[in-house]
Amino acid sequence: MKHIYYLLIVLLLLQSAMLWANTTSSFTISDKPWDKGEALILNWNLPDGYDRLNLQKADSLMVYQDMELDEPLVSGFVDDNLDPDETYHYRLIAYNDALADSIFIEAQGQPKENWFYMHKLSFLLLFLILGSAIVFYVMAARRGKDFYIRRISGLDSMEEAIGRATEKGKPILFVPGISELDDIQTIASLSILGQLAQRAAEYNTEIIVPCRFAMVLSAAREVVKEAYLKAGRPDAYREDRIFYLTDDQFGYVAGIDGIIVREEPAANFFLGSFYAESLILAETGLSTGAIQTAGTANAHQLPFFVVSCDYTLIGEELFAASAYLSRDAQQVGSLKGHDFGKLLVILLIVVGIILEIAGQGWFKSFLMGAGS
Amino acid sequence: MSVNTSSHTERRIVFLIIFLAVMVPLIFPIGWGSEVSPIARMSYDLIDETPAGKYGLISFDYEASTITELQPMAVAQIEHAWSKGQKIIATALWPQGPQMAEASFAEAKRNPAYADKEYGVDYVNLGYKVGGIVTLQAMGSSIRDVYPKDSSGKNWDDLPMLKGIRTLKDLAWVSSLSSGVPGLKEWVMIAHDVHNVPVTGGTTAVSAPGFLPYVNDQKQLHGLLGGLKAASEYEMLIDKKGPATTKMDAQSVAHIVILLLITLGNITAFRRKRAKANLTGGQNA
Amino acid sequence: MKRNIPLILAFVSGLIVIFSEFIPHRPFSSIVDSLQEWFMIISGFAMLLGVMSLLRMNAAKVSTRSPDWQYHLIGIISFGLMVLMGALWGMEEQAGILGQGASISAWLGKKPFDYTYTHVFVPLSATLFSLLAFFIASAAYRAFIIRTLESNLLMIAAVIVILGRTGFGTMLTGWLPESYRFWHLPNLADYIMQYPNTAAQRAIMISAALGVIGSGLRIILGIERSYLGGDK
Repeated sequence: MKHIYYLLIVLLLLQSAMLWANTTSSFTISDKPWDKGEALILNWNLPDGYDRLNLQKADSLMVYQDMELDEPLVSGFVDDNLDPDETYHYRLIAYNDALADSIFIEAQGQPKENWFYMHKLSFLLLFLILGSAIVFYVMAARRGKDFYIRRISGLDSMEEAIGRATEKGKPILFVPGISELDDIQTIASLSILGQLAQRAAEYNTEIIVPCRFAMVLSAAREVVKEAYLKAGRPDAYREDRIFYLTDDQFGYVAGIDGIIVREEPAANFFLGSFYAESLILAETGLSTGAIQTAGTANAHQLPFFVVSCDYTLIGEELFAASAYLSRDAQQVGSLKGHDFGKLLVILLIVVGIILEIAGQGWFKSFLMGAGS
Repeated sequence: MSVNTSSHTERRIVFLIIFLAVMVPLIFPIGWGSEVSPIARMSYDLIDETPAGKYGLISFDYEASTITELQPMAVAQIEHAWSKGQKIIATALWPQGPQMAEASFAEAKRNPAYADKEYGVDYVNLGYKVGGIVTLQAMGSSIRDVYPKDSSGKNWDDLPMLKGIRTLKDLAWVSSLSSGVPGLKEWVMIAHDVHNVPVTGGTTAVSAPGFLPYVNDQKQLHGLLGGLKAASEYEMLIDKKGPATTKMDAQSVAHIVILLLITLGNITAFRRKRAKANLTGGQNA
Repeated sequence: MKRNIPLILAFVSGLIVIFSEFIPHRPFSSIVDSLQEWFMIISGFAMLLGVMSLLRMNAAKVSTRSPDWQYHLIGIISFGLMVLMGALWGMEEQAGILGQGASISAWLGKKPFDYTYTHVFVPLSATLFSLLAFFIASAAYRAFIIRTLESNLLMIAAVIVILGRTGFGTMLTGWLPESYRFWHLPNLADYIMQYPNTAAQRAIMISAALGVIGSGLRIILGIERSYLGGDK
């Protein structure tokens, strides 16, 4: 009998607790994890019966301003675009129109900077694997291991192009693309320019480099000057042959077309980032009978270059060019790292396809950076 | 690679035929219709489904040379966003972008339905900033710090519609009309990939295939307008007979002429091959 | 030493940018913001360098009466005219040294800078881009010659895409019933562009991206130095 009393008391307490839970309200604010301290997570729990909400945030004068909620009766909100370590004050007002009642809760929170973007974990892992592979192969090359590098006819033809220009007594035209210096294709292009300019200096052939951006101009001048110095012909270096044309995309093209038509270079090199202008440049070069080499990582322009140029460097070949031409063991070693990267990507694609077919979405979500 | 004299002549004949193929339909329009592609519709849907009062940003990342293809897209998107009660911010990663924006807004306001749209209330032109992707990264922290003044020198605070705008995250959509770098790719990398803002855009027809991989499950690009055809499709979707629709006839005829030229090229090549074979056969005999 | 300082700078800045990609905490986030601002400032100043180069190169050609010097003279005059018109009367709503230039604007219909821009620069630029139509036709005429099975497939795909992008193509297959919608030429063209074409584009993009990572690492680690002008 005593036990029944105890049981009744426990049940009564449980029911009261549940009723209390339904009638009490809470409003909590927490820092959004794994971010740079620019967001707070606001959560609230309100008793049943409330049919309108008003969320307010205090401005710098501590005057509360209404905030816009996506839906009228949500139970949470993420306030972003905040400054780290600042204290933000919020007020939640809930209305019960039927009872003409309202409740009012205040809370405050402080966004904190974290030390890692958790949603980038997969990128970090891939980067570490790829980076380690490249460093490993570079070290192996430094220890004397010889790596095979396949023939790239576009780069082998460089000698032929310079030879043709020398024979004809005509200059070589080098176009480093239409991108700024912050594009890695432009950097890759300048690396090739260095090698080309050195050979041109050795053959005593003039090289013309029109630039679209002033930063590319100063880098190109430095590269060519150094190349002439290395070739032992600093006196042959002509700064006025490496010049700025215009920032304007088709103004730049008009300028280059003018040079092609007037000076009729014997060899044209279009290496770097190209867009809608690629065919205009290549076709004008074709009409003068120049030997033409092009290369870009912008895949959509490759068909145009393939049609009008003698040799085309496709995508990654542009980035491999510097290693290929210099035959520097360390650089060639790093290309082996790229190949490892390709193998890794193929593996990830195959595993991803199998897991997706099997209905396992976690792998794709992880690689896409979910979980922030 | 070089072309011989006969090829030079052939090239010039080809140029003349193309000139006529483009010019004649412009003078005597045919009025062929067009089907809306799913990718162009996605771009339309993004703006169409955005609620009134929200902000869209159009980045004018092109210059005068590509206005034929890109300007009709800009005008159509502006008219569409205004018809939905949205506000438009114009920026530019290319020096001539502000002029392109100015011309597009003026063109859109020529439509009587939008003649009352007011600068600073319904749209602003923030102008050009040097730096490309770096500018976009900075806009992710504060658009106001990057553009303290608009293209005409007015202060940010004097433009009432910018009150609710702080960073890229405050935008409902971004559209980059782009003919090269910096442009659409940079907007995808920063606005979508970093800040999760829906990005759409338009490019010239020759660059469009390169952006198709970004129209994927992750919606890195929320649809794409590629060239004049897509611009005409957008005009069709907003029920407008604009410049792109008018010029599509010329493009269609030019395409057909190119097909005929390809056929002709094959016949010529085949005849040359046969003549060469006959010659070799004759010599052998 | 002269070569080592840029290499150290490239190494340190490269590492900071990589770290800031994964670490949201200060100082990494703020240093990257500063680096970005520096780049924007340097880019702005570099424009001056470009203008100087342009003027010096053209002036040298004119003064030495090198071949075709007249073109270079026209270049300098055009440059000078645009700068002068912009400086004197401004552009759009911005005033110049002589104010808004109401009388000259009333005469031309626009400010001189805007007038020249709209009526000279815009048509010239558009004309240049329109050359593409001629070159594409000529390139297509040469490129799509059937020689092998592959070139045959290439030509079939090209014909479908070219026709699918025209109003004529829409009309040609528009009569097909809705259940055969896939066989409408515009849909077939979209299919080719979205699947086979995009797959190939992605493959090239992925391998190019690996090349970018590799080149970036080579530069940061100082293995690749030729962009500095030499490797010693």
